[in-house]
Amino acid sequence: MSILSLQSLSLDYAETGSRQKRRVLDGINLHIASDEFVVVIGRSGSGKTSLLNLAAGFTQASEGRVLVDGKEIDGPGADRAVVFQDDALYPWLSAAGNVAFPLKVQGIAKAERQRRADELLVKVGLDGAGHKNIWELSGGMRQRVGIARALASGPRFLLLDEPLGALDALTRSRMQQFLLKVWAESKTGALLITHSIDEALLLATRVIVLAPNPGRIVADIRTEFGRALLGGKSVKDIKALFEFKSLHDELTALIHADEEEIAA
Amino acid sequence: MSIEVETLTVTVPDQPKETRTRRLGTLPISLATIAVIIAGWSLASAYGAVSPVFLPSPLVVAKSLANVAVNGFVDSTLAEHTLASLLRIFAALAVSLLIGVPAGLAIATSRIGKGILDPIVEFLRPLPPLAYLPLIIIWIGIGEASKITVISLAMLPPIILSTAAGVKSTPDDFINAARSFGASRLQVLLNVVLPGAIPSILTGTRIALGAGWSTLVAAELVAASRGLGFMIQSAAQFLGTDVVIGGIIVIAAIAFLLEILARLIERLFVPWAAHR
Repeated sequence: MSILSLQSLSLDYAETGSRQKRRVLDGINLHIASDEFVVVIGRSGSGKTSLLNLAAGFTQASEGRVLVDGKEIDGPGADRAVVFQDDALYPWLSAAGNVAFPLKVQGIAKAERQRRADELLVKVGLDGAGHKNIWELSGGMRQRVGIARALASGPRFLLLDEPLGALDALTRSRMQQFLLKVWAESKTGALLITHSIDEALLLATRVIVLAPNPGRIVADIRTEFGRALLGGKSVKDIKALFEFKSLHDELTALIHADEEEIAA
Repeated sequence: MSIEVETLTVTVPDQPKETRTRRLGTLPISLATIAVIIAGWSLASAYGAVSPVFLPSPLVVAKSLANVAVNGFVDSTLAEHTLASLLRIFAALAVSLLIGVPAGLAIATSRIGKGILDPIVEFLRPLPPLAYLPLIIIWIGIGEASKITVISLAMLPPIILSTAAGVKSTPDDFINAARSFGASRLQVLLNVVLPGAIPSILTGTRIALGAGWSTLVAAELVAASRGLGFMIQSAAQFLGTDVVIGGIIVIAAIAFLLEILARLIERLFVPWAAHR
C-alpha cells in the first residue's frame, strides 16, 4: 500500500501585468491511499487542475510538500502517471506505440514493449486497434489509449485530469464504468478531477470538494456507490437511491455555496 | 433543485474535405492562363511585334532546349548543367540541416543558445546572399565550396527559425506526459520535442529550397563552368535569348518539381501533421 500525501500545500500565482500574487490553493491536506478512488470536484477556478499538477510534480508548491510513501517528490515520476483532458497522445505514434512509450523511456526491449502494449490494449478493450493512427480513433478510444499508456508506466497512482470532460454523454457514461473497472483491476490509487457531480458520486470512494478564492478543501466525503456499481448494480438504480440523491443535493449546495442566487 | 454541472461537448465530425474539389476548380483556369500566355507569346513573335533577338518564339526556344539537351552548351549538356546545380542545392541543404536543426533546438530550449544565436540569425536573415558572395569568394575561392557556403547561408535562417518555431509549439501536455512516465530531459527532447517539430522543419526546408534555388543561380552567375545559372549567363553574353528563356523555364520547372517532392515527402512521412 502506497500513500500519496499533499501536506499543507499552497500555491500562489503571479498575475500577469501586476506584481500582486493570487492564492490559487490554500492549506491543502490530502492523503490518498493506493486502494482509493479519490474524486476532486469544484467549480471552475477552484484550483482542481492546479492541485493535480502539484501532485503530478508539474508545478511546485509555494508552501508545503508532496510525498509518496513519506518521500518528498522532486518533479514528475513514473509512480504518478497522468491522463490528460486533451489525451496528449503523440500523433506520430500508433495507438500501440503510444501505449509502449512509457516502456520505451524506461529502457525496456522492443519485443517486451510490444507484448505488454498489446496486453494493455486488450485490457482497455482495444485489441486489434494497436496499429491504428491516433486521428483514426474516436474520443472515447483515445482516452482508453491514454489510460493504457498511463498504466504502462507501472504507476502507483493514476492522476486523471478531467479525462472524460470532452466526451459526449453516452460515451462518457460508458467510460465512467470502464474507468472504475480499470481502477479496480489495476490496484492503483486514483485521483480524478471532474466538475460532474454524478461522475464524482458514481466513481469515488471519497469525494473531495474544493471551494474557490482561494482553492481549499471544504468537504471530504466517503461514498460507496462506486463499489455498488462494480458489484453489478445499474447506474439507473444507483441514481434512484435516496442516499445518492441526498448526497447529490448536498454536494450541489457545497459547490455553489457562495454563489449568488439567481432570482427566478 | 439540483443543478447539473455536466458539460456535454459533442465531438464535431471532421468537416468534409473541400480542398480537392477546390483544387480541381482552379486547375483548368490555371492551364488556360498558361495557354493564353504562350499563345500571346507566339503571336507576338510570329507577327514581328518584338524582335526575335529579344523574344524568340516558343518553338525556337523548345528547339534550342532540345539542342542543348543533345549537343550541349559550353562543353556541357542540359542534363549536366542541371545535375551540377542540383548537386550544389542538395549539398547545401544537407549542410544547413546538419547545422540548422541543432541550432534551432538550441534557440528554442536554451537561454544561452538563444542569446548566442539570435543576433547571428537576425543579422544573416535579411542580408541578400549576393551582398556577401564576393567576400565568400575572396575567403574560400571560386570552387564548389564557396558556392555551397553561400547557398547554405541563404538556407540556414529559414531552417533554424522553423525548427525553433516547431520546438516551441510542442504542447505542454506532450512534455508533461513524457515526464510523468519517467522520461529524462534528453528523452523528452529526442522522443517528443524533435518528432513534434518535424512538420515545421519540413516547412522550413521548403522555404529554404526556394531561397537556395534563387541564390544558386546568382552564385553560378559569378564563377562557374557548369550549372543552369552559368548556362544562362553565358548565353546572354552572345545574345542567345532562346537559351536564356529555355534555362529560365528549366529552373522554374525544377523548382516546381522540388516543391511537389517536398509535399510528397510531407504526406508520406508526417501524415499526422494534417491531423493536429
